[in-house]
Amino acid sequence: MSVANPAILKLTVRNHPGVMSHVCGLFARRAYNLEGIMVRPVRDNKQLSRMWLLVNEEERLQQLIRQTEKLVDVICVEPHAMEGSAFEATQEYFV
Amino acid sequence: MTELATPTRAAADSLPTETRLDVAAPQTRELSGARLLIELLERQGVTCIAGVPGGANLPMYDALSHSPISHVLARHEQGAGFIAQGMARITGQAQVCFASSGPGATNLLTAVADAHLDSVPLIAITGQVPQAMIGTDAFQEIDTFGLMLPISKHNYLVRSAAELLEVIPAAFELALSGRPGPVSVDIPKDVQNEIISVTDLPAPGVRAPDPVVADEPVLAMIERIQAASKPVLMIGGGIVYAGATDALRRFAERLDIPAVQTFMGLGVLPSDHPLSLGMLGMHGAPYTNLVLEECDLLVGLGVRFDDRATGKVAAFCPNAQFIHVDIDNSEIGKVLQPVQSIVADVGSVLELANRMLEEQRNTKWRQRVDQLKNDHPLDLDGKDELFRPYGAIAAVAALVDDNANITTDVGQHQMWVAQAYPFVRPRQWISSGGLGTMGFGLPAAIGMALAAPDHKTICFSGDGSLMMNIQEFATAAEHNLDLKVIVLNNNHLGLVRQQQTLFYEKNLSAVKFEQRTDFPAAARAMGMKGIDLSDFENPQQALQQALNEPGPCLINIPISETEMVFPMVAPGGANKDMIVSEKPDAANPAGASK
Repeated sequence: MSVANPAILKLTVRNHPGVMSHVCGLFARRAYNLEGIMVRPVRDNKQLSRMWLLVNEEERLQQLIRQTEKLVDVICVEPHAMEGSAFEATQEYFV
Repeated sequence: MTELATPTRAAADSLPTETRLDVAAPQTRELSGARLLIELLERQGVTCIAGVPGGANLPMYDALSHSPISHVLARHEQGAGFIAQGMARITGQAQVCFASSGPGATNLLTAVADAHLDSVPLIAITGQVPQAMIGTDAFQEIDTFGLMLPISKHNYLVRSAAELLEVIPAAFELALSGRPGPVSVDIPKDVQNEIISVTDLPAPGVRAPDPVVADEPVLAMIERIQAASKPVLMIGGGIVYAGATDALRRFAERLDIPAVQTFMGLGVLPSDHPLSLGMLGMHGAPYTNLVLEECDLLVGLGVRFDDRATGKVAAFCPNAQFIHVDIDNSEIGKVLQPVQSIVADVGSVLELANRMLEEQRNTKWRQRVDQLKNDHPLDLDGKDELFRPYGAIAAVAALVDDNANITTDVGQHQMWVAQAYPFVRPRQWISSGGLGTMGFGLPAAIGMALAAPDHKTICFSGDGSLMMNIQEFATAAEHNLDLKVIVLNNNHLGLVRQQQTLFYEKNLSAVKFEQRTDFPAAARAMGMKGIDLSDFENPQQALQQALNEPGPCLINIPISETEMVFPMVAPGGANKDMIVSEKPDAANPAGASK
């Protein structure tokens, strides 16, 4: 991982056109780098998607999480450890 | 070409009106997306829409003509956006503006962004090229979804007529719920023309219930306030939007706490209220900012600690702890770290607090505040002279009653009005705060006058700002609104000139209009009355007559370009470092110039 202090966010979002641009745009507009993005519909609920974000832990991350939570199509945002995350399982695809 | 009527739309038009209006017995009807949209807007209680038609929203306008909803034809889509904003800011209800695709949509952007920063419930509905043409660089195609995304609370690209059944009520619910804001709905032309069978219409979208406030945090807040020896309230637009003015007044009076108001919160406490400390920040009164230097607890109620209010954050209220009550969780900790925060409707918090608190007196602190007020007053230089800024504002305020609603454009005149106008009630004061949009005033005034026809509407403007949406003179005249535009005319971009004078060694760059505009003539050319007070032997009488006579009127008041807004805190500076004067320029002494 190229990130100094990796932090992982696990998002539950509505499987809705535009939700990716809402989430990614929010980070981009605040000049906060997204180091990794993985998203797929939730297996047993096609209304929802799971989005994994890998970011650098900075002081303003909490503020960004609050703003992400405010997005209409975002249902919840949970911090997650590297262990058991989508990024841990897929490292070999990013060599 | 997109302008041609399609067979599906022709089918929609042939529907008998009776079918459309019959809502008593649930029955299946065939409706076009455009007709469905208009019907959903009617059910939302929309009575007036401001907009401009064009190729991509022709079906909407066709359907609108069969509706009891009235339409205000703005002369520019930005004007339409601000007219709807004026209606929304006066009523607190979500209001709608229409624009076509491409340039229609891009012209709306400024008004939407303005609504976003000032938390105004605006529904911007735009036409889009047909879905099959999206992405082909079609005529008047623009990525409205992408453009609206960062400047709205939420935005939609509607992909089928059936989606309107969900999107329109959701748009209103979102615009009105929590912290209000603008919602953009982009509707491709084929969706407007699509015929669908509709049986039941959804319930109108309304403000979602606010979260229930628990007793404990409110009790803890009261305890902190009662433990403080120099508490101050900071009250903002959130109080206005929550309809919490009465609760706030009771709260402040029973706890005996002086209150500073943000730009957006003006009017919550009448300016002559004993607890009112006026506006804080960049152009706040000296005593206001000095009280904040001494206070030991600042309670932010429906505020976002904007940089124009706080100045340099590290130096803001250096001796104080902060409590922050706001309905938007993402505001907590954004600018400064409170010792306590409550994420809730500020009105509910204050009502609960009013039931629990015990009345108290802060005699010592109030005496100190009064002393600061006496020792460091706001100097309204020239307040008795009609051709000087404070004098012109005072003259207008003396001639109209508290019933008048006041708006401004953006610049020096806006700050003079914010400092000096005797506001007495919420929603009496409407101005572009966060985005600071020159050109806001005239169209906003039109919306205000439309929404509150029993109130006189006064728009203070400057010669720079007024030019930015001057075309709406024609709209004001067309509707014969009781609206007065008062131009404090220094033929300069005054606030820029002021900053160049104070911070750029008087290097005046691109701030003077070499070609002077004859505003009364421009007003008359578009069907309004227009006068210049300097043409009259008795200008005071002319002003009185112009203000009292119903109907739209432009009143030009020449002032000197050397007039400044004082105090002024340098951008990025600490609020205690207020600039309170500048030596008059010897070559250009202060005084009225004609």
